[in-house]
Amino acid sequence: MKFNLINRKILTLLKVQYSNMLEYRVEIALWAISGIIPFFMLNIWTNNNLNESINISDVLLSRYFLSAFFVRQFSVVWVVFSFEEDSLMGKVSPYLIQPLNPFFRYFAQHLAEQITRFPFALIIAFFFFIFNPESIWIPNLGILLLSIVSTFLSFLIQFLIQSIVACLCFWTEKASSIERLLFIPTLFLSGLLAPVVSFPSYVKSWIYLTPFPYLIDFPANLLSGNETNISVGLSMQILWIFLLFPLFKKIWSEGTKKYTAMGS
Amino acid sequence: MVQNIIDVRNLSKSFDISSKKPGLKGTIKHFFKRQTKSLKVIKDISFEIKEGEIVGFLGANGAGKTTILKMLCGLIYPSEGSILVSGYLPFRRKESFLKNITLIMGQKQQLIWDLPPIESFYLNASIYDLDKFEAKKRIKKLSEMLEIDEELFIPVRKLSLGQRMKSELLAALIHEPNILFLDEPTLGLDINAQRNLRKFLQKYNKETNATICLTSHYMKDITSLCKRVICVHEGAISYDGKLDLLLKKLSPVKEILIVCRSEEDAIKLENSGFTVKNKIKNEITIKIENDLITSSLKTILNNFDIEDLFINEPPIDEVIGKLLINKDYEI
Repeated sequence: MKFNLINRKILTLLKVQYSNMLEYRVEIALWAISGIIPFFMLNIWTNNNLNESINISDVLLSRYFLSAFFVRQFSVVWVVFSFEEDSLMGKVSPYLIQPLNPFFRYFAQHLAEQITRFPFALIIAFFFFIFNPESIWIPNLGILLLSIVSTFLSFLIQFLIQSIVACLCFWTEKASSIERLLFIPTLFLSGLLAPVVSFPSYVKSWIYLTPFPYLIDFPANLLSGNETNISVGLSMQILWIFLLFPLFKKIWSEGTKKYTAMGS
Repeated sequence: MVQNIIDVRNLSKSFDISSKKPGLKGTIKHFFKRQTKSLKVIKDISFEIKEGEIVGFLGANGAGKTTILKMLCGLIYPSEGSILVSGYLPFRRKESFLKNITLIMGQKQQLIWDLPPIESFYLNASIYDLDKFEAKKRIKKLSEMLEIDEELFIPVRKLSLGQRMKSELLAALIHEPNILFLDEPTLGLDINAQRNLRKFLQKYNKETNATICLTSHYMKDITSLCKRVICVHEGAISYDGKLDLLLKKLSPVKEILIVCRSEEDAIKLENSGFTVKNKIKNEITIKIENDLITSSLKTILNNFDIEDLFINEPPIDEVIGKLLINKDYEI
């Protein structure tokens, strides 16, 4: 019953946030375009024949980076910045006294933005295939579904990590600075700049113990048809969600006791 | 017997405040070693509020009025003491408690800026578990009470401040809360919008018997809505009681301007034992204690040839202003 009510609330939030996002369609198109780092990286890798060192063909590599682009489009999170601003400006106050955790609003905002991004991401992929026709592939339905699930789990992990950092706003006013510390490992270890497989094996074994490779590397490998252990990857994603969620709940409950409702 | 809906006992709140000296030296020192001190902004206050009461919180800027409201609605955690609102500890923010209250801050908004208010209303309705039919009914009822109609379908960013405030009120009241916490609800509104808002709050209170806790710097809000006021000075309560009584205490005498038919009558009146403020020809201003007004006026009208008289009420802003700026003011 309670689960249904929360679902109904999220669905309404999603509808409203989607309407809101459609007001910003130009900005969203630009954000989608701004996420083309994987294509730059693909260019660097192929022009320097770096893929030969890890035994991945040009075609598989281009599929990997296109998948990385897609995974990134649907897992990018900015909750720490939104929450920090709302917290400093006192905008969180009215939401705190409503019977729904304010993070659901941000969650719906992100999902709505992803839905709005989708057509733009498809257009970018279309142009990618025009310039790289040899990379065209159609993943089988099962893999496609698993990739969608895995991308959503990646989004959940990132959302939880950033929400935990966002809650630090209750102690320090600039939690986004802490997020920037996380940005570096996210950039290098997630697979956005290079597939994790390209790291030396002793480094790789450590990287796979962190949540970072499950953010982009694993779902991108899954979608692009590269070799990957699906059950281990999905289990690790679920494990990280189970570890991060109680931590978020704890830090949220302690943090709200510190809330001073600044600016309101 | 009307029950207490809010019960506050020995409530205190302290904030840690860091201070920084000006200049580069101060900035560097502040970077390496923060100097923080604990500032007690609410000091051991106690009061009760009965169901259906409208209570005004009065105080200068920074006196602690808003902090009290924030603790009452569960937004911030008290440092010491206890608060019970409708039988709940507000800070626990139980769903059933949150469904009973609302907080409206004049300078803050919860409506989604780029969408028409109606979208925010349906969103709030869903957050408060109202079905679409019920939500529609309540939106209709409240929009009639607030006299808004077409504005519901115009993006919030294009509404005037008054229209926005009405929409904010509708969004905040869609779940029909029993307790309203209003922090400067008329801030920035023009006179007509202020009057309409006050009329609406009176009507809402009458129809639903909701309890209203209100802070405002506009004395008209307080005088037309609140029978009872709680004066807060530097975090402590300096007065808690009827507004009439407070005004009587702060301004125990009234000034009466009497226009006599002749100057002789004015001289006779001047020498008849009343406290005279001034006399110009046949016009004389005397001061009379509030309790003696009726009997004194009777005497004057019976014994002197009076052409006209005016009773001057001291402006309420001036009277309350005295209370707010003078911490040693005796009440």
